[in-house]
Amino acid sequence: MSLRSPLGRIRGLGPAHEGASHWWMQRLTALALIPLVLWFVTSMAGLARADYDVVVAWASRPLVSVLMLTLILAGFYHLKLGLQVVIEDYIHDRFLKMTAQVAVIFFSFTTAIACLFAVLKLALGN
Amino acid sequence: MSGSERPLSPHLHIYRWEVTMATSILHRASGVFLGLGTLLLAWWLLALASGPQAFGTVHAFLTYWVGRLVLFGFTWALVYHLLNGIRHLFWDAGHGFELPVAARSGITVIVGSILLTLLAWAYGYGLIGGAL
Repeated sequence: MSLRSPLGRIRGLGPAHEGASHWWMQRLTALALIPLVLWFVTSMAGLARADYDVVVAWASRPLVSVLMLTLILAGFYHLKLGLQVVIEDYIHDRFLKMTAQVAVIFFSFTTAIACLFAVLKLALGN
Repeated sequence: MSGSERPLSPHLHIYRWEVTMATSILHRASGVFLGLGTLLLAWWLLALASGPQAFGTVHAFLTYWVGRLVLFGFTWALVYHLLNGIRHLFWDAGHGFELPVAARSGITVIVGSILLTLLAWAYGYGLIGGAL
């Protein structure tokens, strides 16, 4: 049994007109993050005892830059989607909920841009 | 509407903890915790891009015991979220919903996340594997 109107069923969209895109993007980013996180953890462990020059040389390699940029984009998108659901589930006060959602979006964007900028500067700046 | 036949959400005070409950809440907790961890990543990357002095400050924090502990926590949260996320993807594909299977995969994820975290740190300390 479906509670949807016939028109809503045909369109396949929820009241926010986004349909299943939130769910889908969370899974898509999750899938991309599996190899990226494995690579990241291995790289960080490998660099744990390296000094500054070695780490900079690592971060300046094109392949590393590309993987880092992909990791940052997929990771922060995934984070934004995940925190959004946590807020929807646990915060019920309308004002607090909106404030938290806006804070999560601002935080995700700013931190992502900081990471992207640093990676690009390491790749292109030296 | 009769309420008696409808399933109730678990009341945590009277509800026996199950592996599936623990892994579920840990998935969210580790996700939120990793959100905070991105600040450390941003700090590390910006310091690396700024120069040896800024990098030295981050490095000093990360090699101090508090920093080590925080980093160890983030490593475990990341590995746990990764493994349990794979478990979630299997569920999304319609596999592994039977209770014994879900409990077993939950135990596997917890034990696996601890082992992989220790493995990564052993590699970081040079106890296993070759030099970079």
